[in-house]
Amino acid sequence: MHSNVLDYALTAPATLEAALHLLASEPGQHIPIAGGTELMVALGAGRLTPKSLISIQHLRELRFITVDETHIHIGSGTTFTDIRRNPDIARDLPLLIQSASWTGSIANQNRGTLGGNICNASPAADTPPALLAYNATVTLVSINGPRTLPYTDFHLGYKRTVLRSDELLHTITIPRAFTGYRQYIRKVGTRNAQAISKIALAALAQLDDNTITDIRLGAASLTDRPTRCTATERALIHQPINEATIKAARGALASETHTIDDIRSTARYRATVAGNLLEEFLRSLTV
Amino acid sequence: MAQHMSILGASPIRKEGRAKVLGAAKYIDDLSLPGMWHGVTVRSSIARGRIRSITFDPSIDWSQYTIVRAADIPGENTIVHLTKDHPCLAAEAINHPFEPILLLAHPDKAALLAAVAAIHIDYDELPGVFTIEESEAAVTSGSTEKIIWPGSDAGGTANCFKQYLMYTGDAEETEAGLAAAFAQADFIVEGEYSTGAQEQLYIEPNGVIAECFRDTDGNIESVCVRGSMQCPYYLVHALTLVFNLPQEKCRVIQVETGGAFGGKEDFPSVIGSHAALLAMKSGHPVKIIYDRAEDMAATTKRHPSRIRHRTAVSKDGKLLAGEIEVAIDGGAYATLSPVVLSRATIHAPGPYKWPHLRVRAKAMATNVPPHGAFRGFGAPQSLFGLERHMDKIAHTIGLTPEELRRRNFLATGDKTATGQPLIEHVDMQHLLTRGLAESNYHAKLARFAEENKTSPIKRGVGFATFMHGTGFTGSGERRLDSLVHLDITPQGRPNILVSSTEFGQGTNTILCQVAAETLQLPYEDILIERPDTSIVPNSGPTVASRTAMIVGKLVERASLQILDTLRKSEGLPTPHTREDFITAAHCYHLKHGALRASVRYEPPAPIFWDDEKYRGDAYPGYAWAVYVAEVAVDTRTYMATCTRFDALQEVGRVMHPVLAKGQIEGGVAQGIGYALYEKCVWQNGRMMNNQMTNYIMPTSADLPDIHVHFEEVPSIHGPGGAKGIGELPMDGPAPAILNAIENALGIAFNTIPLLPEDIFERLTSINGGTEDLDSTIDLDTQTEVPA
Repeated sequence: MHSNVLDYALTAPATLEAALHLLASEPGQHIPIAGGTELMVALGAGRLTPKSLISIQHLRELRFITVDETHIHIGSGTTFTDIRRNPDIARDLPLLIQSASWTGSIANQNRGTLGGNICNASPAADTPPALLAYNATVTLVSINGPRTLPYTDFHLGYKRTVLRSDELLHTITIPRAFTGYRQYIRKVGTRNAQAISKIALAALAQLDDNTITDIRLGAASLTDRPTRCTATERALIHQPINEATIKAARGALASETHTIDDIRSTARYRATVAGNLLEEFLRSLTV
Repeated sequence: MAQHMSILGASPIRKEGRAKVLGAAKYIDDLSLPGMWHGVTVRSSIARGRIRSITFDPSIDWSQYTIVRAADIPGENTIVHLTKDHPCLAAEAINHPFEPILLLAHPDKAALLAAVAAIHIDYDELPGVFTIEESEAAVTSGSTEKIIWPGSDAGGTANCFKQYLMYTGDAEETEAGLAAAFAQADFIVEGEYSTGAQEQLYIEPNGVIAECFRDTDGNIESVCVRGSMQCPYYLVHALTLVFNLPQEKCRVIQVETGGAFGGKEDFPSVIGSHAALLAMKSGHPVKIIYDRAEDMAATTKRHPSRIRHRTAVSKDGKLLAGEIEVAIDGGAYATLSPVVLSRATIHAPGPYKWPHLRVRAKAMATNVPPHGAFRGFGAPQSLFGLERHMDKIAHTIGLTPEELRRRNFLATGDKTATGQPLIEHVDMQHLLTRGLAESNYHAKLARFAEENKTSPIKRGVGFATFMHGTGFTGSGERRLDSLVHLDITPQGRPNILVSSTEFGQGTNTILCQVAAETLQLPYEDILIERPDTSIVPNSGPTVASRTAMIVGKLVERASLQILDTLRKSEGLPTPHTREDFITAAHCYHLKHGALRASVRYEPPAPIFWDDEKYRGDAYPGYAWAVYVAEVAVDTRTYMATCTRFDALQEVGRVMHPVLAKGQIEGGVAQGIGYALYEKCVWQNGRMMNNQMTNYIMPTSADLPDIHVHFEEVPSIHGPGGAKGIGELPMDGPAPAILNAIENALGIAFNTIPLLPEDIFERLTSINGGTEDLDSTIDLDTQTEVPA
């Protein structure tokens, strides 16, 4: 342990409203902590600089999964285990179930939350590629009320988001609009379990005959943030699946690829494997 | 009552299993002593240089802390191994990152963190050497600036801890034979093979609690260290020098130990001495427990290596002559490197006949934390090189890897490369036949060749054939002079007293099995004493696959001696019942008092070894093995996965089938990690991925079904015919897996660990690969994110 826990303060407000008031009253002074699966690692390594933590783990207002006619709404405090056990998500959003299943260990999944996975804003996070592909929207709350925006607008850069210091992520909303879509997700990690992604790709496509009529691609570790691959989508929409399309799509993906060398892998490897995964998905559509 | 119990070969529950399963077992960090303080190590931030100054920030009340520096050491400032080059605390010179400089203790563990941060050490930095090649270059260029280790009186020269030169016969004759063979050979095959460092990753990090006792005049009377370790008497030896105390005043107690794999062979001498120094100066018991990050960054790992082969071969596949050069990276101090190098040297020729062979081996100094013992101890490195090279020879001359090996295997009656006659039965031909059959090798070879033509996943099979010497090398066991006591309590319960330690591998259980079998008593009746050097004799270190064979044999002999005593003195009948035994023991105690058998090591057969020429009986016995790996390489992700593993070995009689199978499975898993996953990322001698998130050990989701097969040929050296088993499974997986990958891809990889990025680079650079990227984009330089 390279931190002294006595240097840290932890507050556990009784309600969401109390938590928001605390965040607003001393802006930037506190950091919310839900499952703690990221922050506790930082604490252990001596890298957790904010000294005041506000626990939101116990807030029931943030832990829910509701389904209506058109959407699935997931509270930010929903754990990976909650997601894995939910039959509606299993039916409508298989990519989300899959990505939740390969996050950390079972113990991590019991504590870690969807909101934490998003707000921690790692480019390598497991669930964002699926959420990007599924056209999720996010609702943020503060004492001044809620605001809702497309998830694609949430990430601003490496570990930077639009979330203000007085805000919390409240709900992730996903349309139930993917019946009949071909769905693909693959994570290439350092090993098959308890691994951080080197690269990951989530993909949805709707086909009419052999022509792509709708396509959505979300990727991890392709750039400095979770990325919706819009240039690649543009290269594919309304195209028949053939060698020329695959080549064009790989070129488009490369144009929006900004991978890096780090302790887990190399930029070249990540870029090539991203293209290989895209190609694997596209070829699977013709089968 | 049936007298023949045959507990040897059965699988009784582990002696300490119940306490571990119930969570009742107490590991070092579960223990606390009254008035105990906590200790921490202040370490160097540079790889090489001199300490210019140490400043203590006045924001801390230093009077609350105990501070130990090199000058406080009452005896010698050394952690003794084979030489005394390794300081207990750096006084001035720094030779590796994370080198211990100061020790701090405080009653409150939390108060240590800020104190460490408030100590500022300034250095005059010197250039470091970080690889075998840099270390060699400093010697050959004569650049004194990069001579980082001066030499020693134990055979070391500048930057080189030890060298060996081993010939298959007289040196001059062998050189002449080599020259002639290379001149006449149909083929000369050369190859270079490299292996990386590997972290032991025992579950429980290093930890100890130390006490120091003073007499009424305040003089240091004795020290006592409890801790997680393999070799209590190694720590006793280290303490006698650091404290200038006689052996009986340095007491060491092994507590429950959560894994070791060699990583707790030599290192406890360091942390144990440190805690004892803090106890001495603070006047309190002191506990030091490393966390994972410190344990990975600052303690020993497997020696990286470079193995070069040059082999003369006839066109019918006979090895005519060989030149093998072994180089290992020892890190900053000699520690156990000469011994690791010795095992690497002796295992380099493998299970083959070499008419003329020269092995030249050296251990080089680098400015990284000293490398140390790890399961296999040099053999995995040289056997990786050899078994990859055997496949290369086969491909070069147009034989199958199987046929090449069959034409060169050692057999009963042959002599090994050190000139040791193989008196005990050896049948590598049969082992290979069975190993290939168990794994369905030939059918897979054909099927994968067909399927690989169209599948994006390329499959392959490969194997390695090898042996591992059990026990200490050559005259080592005689030098160790191991001693075992067996006490019989007045209630008639045998109590085994050995310094051989249990750290998850089954020492307690198998030694109790040996006693139960020999004494013809129930396994449950046998007790084994906790290793406490004030009570147990020195039965040698728990290393080198020696416990089952060497110490087990001593327990067997002690048991026979007890039976003999009770038969002669108390008329114990033959055969006897448990009740007969208890009665006899009781009567003996009434008449004569305590009943103890003490036996010392004696080789069951004569062993001749010449340490100068490196000739003779290198080991009392060998375990022989054929390991077959099946792999799948996904050409989309460049990931190689081991999809099935068959491990066949001849280890003499199997004492405990469940534990033996577990040993093999665990060793194979570690070997798969060594081959495909576990990479130490170094930067100027510093391990950068010292956390389990980024040091990638395979999980159960990465490991295949491991099929373990035994061939049982009893040996005269071990109890009931047993030989050693612990290290063997570490030797075979890496070469078998890389041989399989070559079979799958048609590309030879000769460096481990082999990561997907390495396969990617080779596939895309040599073959052009399957990628079709936009060539206008330079992915090498494009690391920044444009707006």
